[in-house]
Amino acid sequence: MALSHLASSSPSRSANLLKPLSSAISLRRPISTDTTPITVETSVPFTAHQCEAPSRTVQTNAKELATFFRDMVVMRRMEIAADSLYKAKLIRGFCHLYDGQEAVAVGMEAALTKKDCIITSYRDHCTFVARGGTLLEVFAELMGRQAGCSKGKGGSMHFYKKDSNFYGGHGIVGAQVPLGCGLAFAQKYCKDEAVTFALYGDGAANQGQLFEALNISALWDLPAILVCENNHYGMGTAEWRAAKSPAYYKRGDYAPGLKVDGMDALAVKQACAFAKEHALKNGPIILEMDTYRYHGHSMSDPGSTYRTRDEITGVRQERDPIERIRKLILSHDLSTDKELKDIEKEVRKEVDDAIAQAKENPVPEPSELFSDVYAKGLGVESFGADRKEVRATLA
Amino acid sequence: MAAIFQGVGAAATLSSSPSNSFVPKKFLTSPRRSFCVRKVPSSVVVRSDGSVNFDLNSKSRRAQQLVANAVATKADSSAASSSSNPGHELLLFEALREGLEEEMERDPCVCVMGEDVGHYGGSYKVTKDLAKKFGDLRVLDTPIAENSFTGMGIGAAMTGLRPVVEGMNMGFLLLAFNQISNNCGMLHYTSGGQFTIPIVIRGPGGVGRQLGAEHSQRLESYFQSIPGIQMVACSTPYNAKGLMKAAIRSENPVILFEHVLLYNLKERIPDEDYICNLEEAEMVRPGEHVTILTYSRMRYHVMQAAKTLVNKGYDPEVIDIRSLKPFDLYTIGNSVKKTHRVVIVEECMRTGGIGASLTAAITENFNDYLDAPIMCLSSQDVPTPYAGTLEEWTVVQPAQIVTAVEQLCQ
Repeated sequence: MALSHLASSSPSRSANLLKPLSSAISLRRPISTDTTPITVETSVPFTAHQCEAPSRTVQTNAKELATFFRDMVVMRRMEIAADSLYKAKLIRGFCHLYDGQEAVAVGMEAALTKKDCIITSYRDHCTFVARGGTLLEVFAELMGRQAGCSKGKGGSMHFYKKDSNFYGGHGIVGAQVPLGCGLAFAQKYCKDEAVTFALYGDGAANQGQLFEALNISALWDLPAILVCENNHYGMGTAEWRAAKSPAYYKRGDYAPGLKVDGMDALAVKQACAFAKEHALKNGPIILEMDTYRYHGHSMSDPGSTYRTRDEITGVRQERDPIERIRKLILSHDLSTDKELKDIEKEVRKEVDDAIAQAKENPVPEPSELFSDVYAKGLGVESFGADRKEVRATLA
Repeated sequence: MAAIFQGVGAAATLSSSPSNSFVPKKFLTSPRRSFCVRKVPSSVVVRSDGSVNFDLNSKSRRAQQLVANAVATKADSSAASSSSNPGHELLLFEALREGLEEEMERDPCVCVMGEDVGHYGGSYKVTKDLAKKFGDLRVLDTPIAENSFTGMGIGAAMTGLRPVVEGMNMGFLLLAFNQISNNCGMLHYTSGGQFTIPIVIRGPGGVGRQLGAEHSQRLESYFQSIPGIQMVACSTPYNAKGLMKAAIRSENPVILFEHVLLYNLKERIPDEDYICNLEEAEMVRPGEHVTILTYSRMRYHVMQAAKTLVNKGYDPEVIDIRSLKPFDLYTIGNSVKKTHRVVIVEECMRTGGIGASLTAAITENFNDYLDAPIMCLSSQDVPTPYAGTLEEWTVVQPAQIVTAVEQLCQ
């Protein structure tokens, strides 16, 4: 086959593909530029609460599928690499991995613009990358280096990217949902015509502040979409042991809800597009993404004491998001198995390069301890007794 | 545009340097007595060309007036100020409202959220008529859900809006402690400086008249450790308006502590636009013998005690610290260097209160200047009882302040 790949050296998401050498040899257009529409059905139909479910039929194209595939492979590889780095004690503290749930991040991103806001919990590495974060920023932040997205001062649970409206990155379960409704409030206040997706897990779904925020959002007609990433376990507690009603999409009561197969990136995309349209007109809506995480809750949790290994391998075999897209690409003859494997190899190298670069990056300067405590404004300084000696400037 | 700053002998330029970093040379070298006189709330008018005028007349005489009218239910300085500085008279809650209204007019990003702030006009009337003027999207009635609406205010602030979140009583904000501590205080730091949180969280707190234990809390002692926030406490209509405006304009999250019993204080305030420096303490009464540090309602108990002390021949220096986080160690330090004795009078409980931190800060920084250990008078470490007599014994009373000063000055 005459297709060859040209990977850019910087850890960017999309690879540049050279045009085929001769169209006489290959009748297939390069996958990453082909936008002829392809119609696919989602794995399962949507289940709706207080609204009409969107259609099962999703429009996509080869370019989008290629992007999905590559992005998810990057995320998967990144999370696995983070696992190894954690075990090598280069990443410390808490590290919550997202592998298995990649479809939610890529599907959502495909339905949104950068004007829409996303806010999520501590399982934020992949969502950050989906919003445009680079691998170097991820690994540097995880290892506490200067080049990290939060200058090394946030850590795994505090990734933010203001210029693409990614609001983090929050350690306290459920606390990001009122923040997310506040973002939606600001969008309505400033007439942005954009929406906010506030993501939380099945564990956080039992937090009171969620219902408070949903109530206020519904009262004030805010363009807020609450997305429950239901991976069925709140750390070690299965959903049926934590929630009397695990139908999280119905828990909004007066707010409409939609249950989505979170392992199917196209279903996620369809649902998010539907939700965005709904929220701009009618106020808040809840999306429940039925998804699964392969790792434990965090690196300190083996993930096998509260579920069987068979369950994990079962899901991996039947519902893995990357495999689904791979099968879709192959069955529609958009690429060959070898090409996809080449993409995986290339991504692996990209991730390794980013890690190497991050390892070289220096740790933050000592002065960074006191910077960004306050915003520069009225100059909060902590003086010595006679004001001649500045003890610390809380910049 | 000329701005009047509440100066403590410090003049500020309108450039970006902090306003308390520049002290004109003449104040440093002048003899102490006249320095003290100037330290009395003198209006410092800084014109846009950088030249500075000092208005010394009326306000300096207010110091003497305050001693006479120590329990200032109607702090009437109108006689002195009306001739040269007309201004207008209003109550403290009206001053807060004026400040809020002016800032809302000035900046469309300012909005107010809280329970009953809109149609009801605010439970203490601080937001009265604002909803009629600015509409329901700028003055928002929230359900009783402090955790979430404080979180929403912080989320909105992350995008650049300037919400003013009202806790109907400061004690209710305990339900929002997570949002205030982790999100409000820390997001600027954990995002590496990407987000600023220009939010103002305000509300009345402190011990009222038999409101019961849960409605008499002093949250400043719980919030003081949170890194990244600033805390100020207002005590007069003048500084209430000034601090409200400064807090709204600040890029940092500011918690403005008001007091339930001070809302009906009356004072004459200037007509012109002015703000009070958030990090500065206020010299209420200059003196020589002892430094009394206080804030909020206890200022009035102190002034009442000061009246007795003056009659007994003492000369207390009274400073309203106003800035609870960070402390204005400059003003406090200069005072300690002068008097060598410190009494702190606060409404917080003894354990872990503002007084405890202030005692530590002064001891750490000015130990050499102290002739005697610092006396910290605080409320008792008990839930505030309902019965009137018991409640009186919980908080510091003027008689106790007099006794403490007499003891200290032996």
